[in-house]
Amino acid sequence: MVDTTAPHPTSGIAGLRPDELETPPLSLGQLTWRRFRQHKMAIFGSITLLLIILYAFGGMLVFSEAESNAVETGARLQAPTRQHPFGTDTIGRDILARTIYGGQISILIGLTAMLVELIIGVTVGAVAGYFGGKLDSLLMRFTEAVLVIPQIFLLLVMAKYFAQSIPNVRFLGRTFSGSVLVIIFVIGLTTWPYLARIVRAQFLSVKENDYILAARAVGTPTWEIIVRHILPNSIAPIIVSATLSVAAAITLEAYISFLGLGVRPPTATWGNMLEGAYNYVESAWWLWFFPGLLIALTVLSINFLGDGLRDAIDPHSRAV
Amino acid sequence: MADRILEVKDLRTRFHIAEGTVYAVNGISFHLEDGETIAIVGESGCGKSVTMLSILRLLPIPPAEITSGQALYLGRDLFRLSEREMEQIRGKEIAMVFQDPMTSLNPVLTIGRQIGETLRVHLGLDKEAIHQRAIGLLDQVGIPDPAHRLNDYPHQFSGGQRQRAMIAMALACLPSILIADEPTTALDVTIQAQIVELIQRLKEQLSMAVIWITHDLGVVAEMAERVLVMYAGFIVEEARVDELYEDPRHPYTMALLAALPRIDRRRDKHLRSIPGAPPNLLVAPKGCPFAPRCELAFDRCWDEMPPLFQLGPDRRAACWVDVTTGKPF
Amino acid sequence: MTRYILRRLLQAIPLLFVISLVLFILMQNMGDPLATMGGRKVTRSEDRIRLARQLGLDKPVIVQYLYWLVGNDWTKTDLDGDGVAETAGVRKGVLRGDWGVSLVNRKPVTQVIGERLPNTLLLMLTAEAIIILFALLIGIYSALHQYSSMDNALTAVTFFFYSMPVFFFALLAMYIFAVNFRKWGLPYLPTVGMFEPAAGKTSAQVIWHMVLPVATLSFGFIAGYSRYIRSTMLEAMGQDYIRTARAKGLPQPEVVYVHALKNASLPIVTIIALDLPFLLGGAIVTERIFGWPGMGRLFLDHVSRSDTPVVMGILMMIAFAVIIFQILADVTYAWLDPRIRYT
Repeated sequence: MVDTTAPHPTSGIAGLRPDELETPPLSLGQLTWRRFRQHKMAIFGSITLLLIILYAFGGMLVFSEAESNAVETGARLQAPTRQHPFGTDTIGRDILARTIYGGQISILIGLTAMLVELIIGVTVGAVAGYFGGKLDSLLMRFTEAVLVIPQIFLLLVMAKYFAQSIPNVRFLGRTFSGSVLVIIFVIGLTTWPYLARIVRAQFLSVKENDYILAARAVGTPTWEIIVRHILPNSIAPIIVSATLSVAAAITLEAYISFLGLGVRPPTATWGNMLEGAYNYVESAWWLWFFPGLLIALTVLSINFLGDGLRDAIDPHSRAV
Repeated sequence: MADRILEVKDLRTRFHIAEGTVYAVNGISFHLEDGETIAIVGESGCGKSVTMLSILRLLPIPPAEITSGQALYLGRDLFRLSEREMEQIRGKEIAMVFQDPMTSLNPVLTIGRQIGETLRVHLGLDKEAIHQRAIGLLDQVGIPDPAHRLNDYPHQFSGGQRQRAMIAMALACLPSILIADEPTTALDVTIQAQIVELIQRLKEQLSMAVIWITHDLGVVAEMAERVLVMYAGFIVEEARVDELYEDPRHPYTMALLAALPRIDRRRDKHLRSIPGAPPNLLVAPKGCPFAPRCELAFDRCWDEMPPLFQLGPDRRAACWVDVTTGKPF
Repeated sequence: MTRYILRRLLQAIPLLFVISLVLFILMQNMGDPLATMGGRKVTRSEDRIRLARQLGLDKPVIVQYLYWLVGNDWTKTDLDGDGVAETAGVRKGVLRGDWGVSLVNRKPVTQVIGERLPNTLLLMLTAEAIIILFALLIGIYSALHQYSSMDNALTAVTFFFYSMPVFFFALLAMYIFAVNFRKWGLPYLPTVGMFEPAAGKTSAQVIWHMVLPVATLSFGFIAGYSRYIRSTMLEAMGQDYIRTARAKGLPQPEVVYVHALKNASLPIVTIIALDLPFLLGGAIVTERIFGWPGMGRLFLDHVSRSDTPVVMGILMMIAFAVIIFQILADVTYAWLDPRIRYT
């Protein structure tokens, strides 16, 4: 054995303690965080996102909602000035204040629509993936059918169908146009197929692992297998997809609003601030520039974040 | 003395990764004679594959860095050649066969195409000549119905056949050196025997030199003339094959041989293993890397890496201790 | 393989029927086509009732669907409002190739769509060609020069464009290349329509007018696809068979463009095939902004006027295209990847 009478060296291989002799293992969380940290763009995206959220929600402290909706026809279509740093719109409302409150709605819509998509998509995908067979076929046909119908059409139909019927909503002491809820559901209901397909693919492959067989062999009930065994192992692409779908939802909201079928004024969103703005491309660039830039930055940050998450959580996956 | 076809001097290779620097190869020197078969033996991670990849310059250079050394092939230092000159040596003069034939073959190209590539690029043969040569090669490696099989894809072959196809690919241009990087590790034992025998036969037919990389001492005994034992990026022993097995001079080699299960040993004894684990390559080497696991280590072993002492013709061992006596030299 | 294609086509037929029914029903909720038929004035109620009868809009939805599908020349309709059905119908129904007549301008649906379809196809196919070309160039370059400053710059730029909403890009492009270029006296790009009415519909005019819309349609896809190609190329280049190819002494271009690209391009082919039909109906925003007389604008105009025959025509065309392209994508993938064989 090792001659213990010699003084123990302190450098080089000999200076290592026994546990240091091996490469130290890292926990899954530590590994993930370390990979995420290395992704410079993801850090940039996270910081930018934080700043934007601060802007939209912290801005409440600077401007009141009434100010964002205050119509001042005398001051319409003014270029950016000290008093109105982002200019005014077609009926004299301050654009800066409107981007703040509009941001809140846009971000909220993005998050809640993602939740709707998540719930429906994961449920359908999990059931189809786990049970397979006829149920899977049926659900997949249904999913394909929803996908085949052009999203824009579904959005238009639903938006038009629901728009008249829902009254204003009171939430946290503020009033929102009911169309906000409509848009949330419309987006969620038209985007879940993408997530369902991903979840199903994950379930199909995770299901084949031996530990699932082991769980079944000891009599674990089905729902427990799905929720406690398969789901946690499939969570990586779900998280990435959910993150990216917030960006997609914000973009979609902007599209529908741009086409005039989104959230009704006076409730502002970044999207409906762009409605009809192309008529003023030349004359009033500030109408479309600021909301458009904010949408682009938000979506960009979320995309960076999502990309970083993907590399961190699931390094073997493919982009897109 | 036969010509030295390959001579490697003081090769050092490192990898720069996020966690630090991996000292993969730490001063390797060896030679290969024309027509000789040598084996490089060691555990996973000891640097045997990296050494070969360094010589052929197949390592991706941002993470990898060859910090010093020479690799003389017929007198030319491979590290000083341009990429184009290297391309003309790879596949034509020095060929390599890899461990896993499923991933080492391109799944979307036919076997015929993959065999024909070297013939086209290095020898400039036309389609018809390539076709004929490819059939001949597949036949030589023992694949039945070669003419039809040329149009098949890798996934249509069995594991052993894929490896044979890889060997055919490597030998197409009649290289002087064949490097076989654990070619049988991914195969069944019976197929293993066939592949070993195939390479032996081809080696004789084509009078090639072979460098066989493996961690399996059983295979080494069958076909190597000389053996190099590697540990943690160092060569720790070099000997002719029979001398190595009968009279090892390095504690690591001894431990490896002792760990081999033997038919003739008594059954009530436990299998012997080497205590401890391979060293952390992220630490710059100081002292003998085997010291923590060595029964004969003493204080000098921890401070200074022993050089390869010449213990006889073709016989070197890097140890401060004379294992025949158990005492330092 | 042929059996597989046939099977998929047969499976598609019931799907198409179901979709057509669903779409038809959804269309009924889009509003009342009669409300604006009298031009700017809202139609009087007795005119409304008469029109409804003439156009068959007073029948229950399922009957309307039936007539749409198989026509009404096998039955009589009541045109003069006396409660007695006496006139034979003239429609043959979709299954026999008669897509009906637009409720907006009384022109046959096939003609209405046919006038606009080539315009959209022109835009789309050009855009697709440019997308594939640039995505390959950028993606492969990025993969080969991973982590170089050019790659990082390209990554940031592509991310930015990928995240930008289409209309923001369009407005920005319009602002810079049309409005400001004109202000600065530079040759500027037109922003409306396919050609200047004064100059006539010449190739030069059309090409000049296509620049901004095609750029707008392409940039997002180029950004997205190039990232994807970069990623698949990187994955391919990291594979063992690339190491083998290099160990055989193959020149670098052959290693990259034959060994790596052939593997890396498989998934992108599928994505392109699946995205194509959506370009067909999609482009709505682009056509709206640039006033391009294509299917997107047609769709918007006729949907807002609840013109069921035309809208159904467009939607069914898209649905059909989507299904065909899905089959095409699977078949192409199987053709390219020898490991996949369908029975």
